[in-house]
Amino acid sequence: MKPVNTVLLASGDNVVVLAASAAAGDRVRLSGRELALPEPLGLGHKLAAHNIPDGEKIIKYGAPIGSATRAISAGEHVHLHNMQSDYLPTYTLDAEHQFHSAKS
Amino acid sequence: MTPPIHGYLRNDGRKGIRNNVVIAYLVECAHHVAREIQLPYRDRGVHLIGFSGCYPNEYSFRMMQALCTHSNVGTVLLVSLGCEGFDRKGLLSTIRESGRPAELLVIQDNRGTRATIADGREWVERALASLAETPRVPMPMEELVLGTVCGGSDGTSGITANPGIGRAFDRMVQSGATCIFEETGELIGCEHIMAARAATPELARELKASVAKAARYYATLGHGSFAPGNADGGLTTQEEKSMGAYSKSGSSPISGLIKPGDVPRAGGLYLLDVVPDGEVRFGFPNINDNAEIAELMACGAHITLFSTGRGSVVGSAIAPVLKVCANPETYRRLTGDMDIDAGRILEGRATLDEVGDEICERILAVAGGELTASESLGHQEFVLGYKSFEPVGPACHPTYQ
Repeated sequence: MKPVNTVLLASGDNVVVLAASAAAGDRVRLSGRELALPEPLGLGHKLAAHNIPDGEKIIKYGAPIGSATRAISAGEHVHLHNMQSDYLPTYTLDAEHQFHSAKS
Repeated sequence: MTPPIHGYLRNDGRKGIRNNVVIAYLVECAHHVAREIQLPYRDRGVHLIGFSGCYPNEYSFRMMQALCTHSNVGTVLLVSLGCEGFDRKGLLSTIRESGRPAELLVIQDNRGTRATIADGREWVERALASLAETPRVPMPMEELVLGTVCGGSDGTSGITANPGIGRAFDRMVQSGATCIFEETGELIGCEHIMAARAATPELARELKASVAKAARYYATLGHGSFAPGNADGGLTTQEEKSMGAYSKSGSSPISGLIKPGDVPRAGGLYLLDVVPDGEVRFGFPNINDNAEIAELMACGAHITLFSTGRGSVVGSAIAPVLKVCANPETYRRLTGDMDIDAGRILEGRATLDEVGDEICERILAVAGGELTASESLGHQEFVLGYKSFEPVGPACHPTYQ
């Protein structure tokens, strides 16, 4: 249940980045509020810096990197399940190591 | 003031930071023979490159011309089967016209595998002896060419290693060097931010057009440069990866847009367009990181700065690859493969500026002869495929006018 640092890469970003790998239950501090992570997350993964409405641009490095595909609460993991590219579909390997579109 | 590097002076006036012999096969059918010629000498600066395809292609011919006359290359042995489509005589004359001694062995005319390997090794012995006489002369920063590439990216690449390389590029451009960043497909989503740094409005239009071309190309293929490992590392979209990749370019003005085989004539920061022109043919623009490293070398790169988060281990034939590791956990797992621990920024053990300074120091040390991690481990990856390009227009080189 250790504290884990996050990095805000540019002012105005609505996501922060984990500065180390975190176990479930590890604590992060977001705008003065501390919350426990419900799942383990690797270094570099994104958390919502505040509540993000469905369809809003996700801002990282001060630039849009895609859009929310549903409402995201502050502190929630932001990844393939709740945001998508505004340009190209993202492909990942599933548990069976089959190539598939993360959007399907 | 940085002390001058002592480069190996070639007869065409270019200066290299390594003094390599290149063995080049001109079709896959000659690969084994070429590799056997090289093997006993692989730790003595004898490097293997080649082109696998039997069908001729203007791009790969131009790439082989550029690579065989790279400043780090002193002499070349071409190994041909004999019936492939590659213009071996044309390549041989280009190399000789550059003042580099070169020889051609055609396996079908040279009594087959065994005799060609024996003749090739005899040639290497003589080549190594004559290369040892290459004069070393002071090499000003204005003659140093650096490339950068990222591979095995994760959520840390864009936070530590890439902006660290960006700081180093800024300092190197300021001291007169030529710096090249690339992969227009990894700039999708940040083309407008990038175009604002162009030296002229015409160049800005060309930069945006090159990214639009990449977006069309990748949309046709159905895949971006986004690999499954990128998502495991916390990256979600192509444009997120793009912003991270873009930060390798630093903040200098962009002096020009080049294509594989174009060697910039003046220092500054250049974008290398690696996505083919015209209709989608031949498949993916670059099938792996080494295809991009080969293109950077074809544009003159003496050293390639390779940013990695997940942990690539590759090096390259011809020119050293300097690994900048973005992720502190990866660095601890793969320390022996890495040159710079940029991930320590995340653990509060360094600032971006300090990492940028360290990268600059290592560039000068490697240019002075110090081996990179991948060089000392014997990595000499090389790959070259099929592409087609149109030459760049005058708007791409505003500084030449």
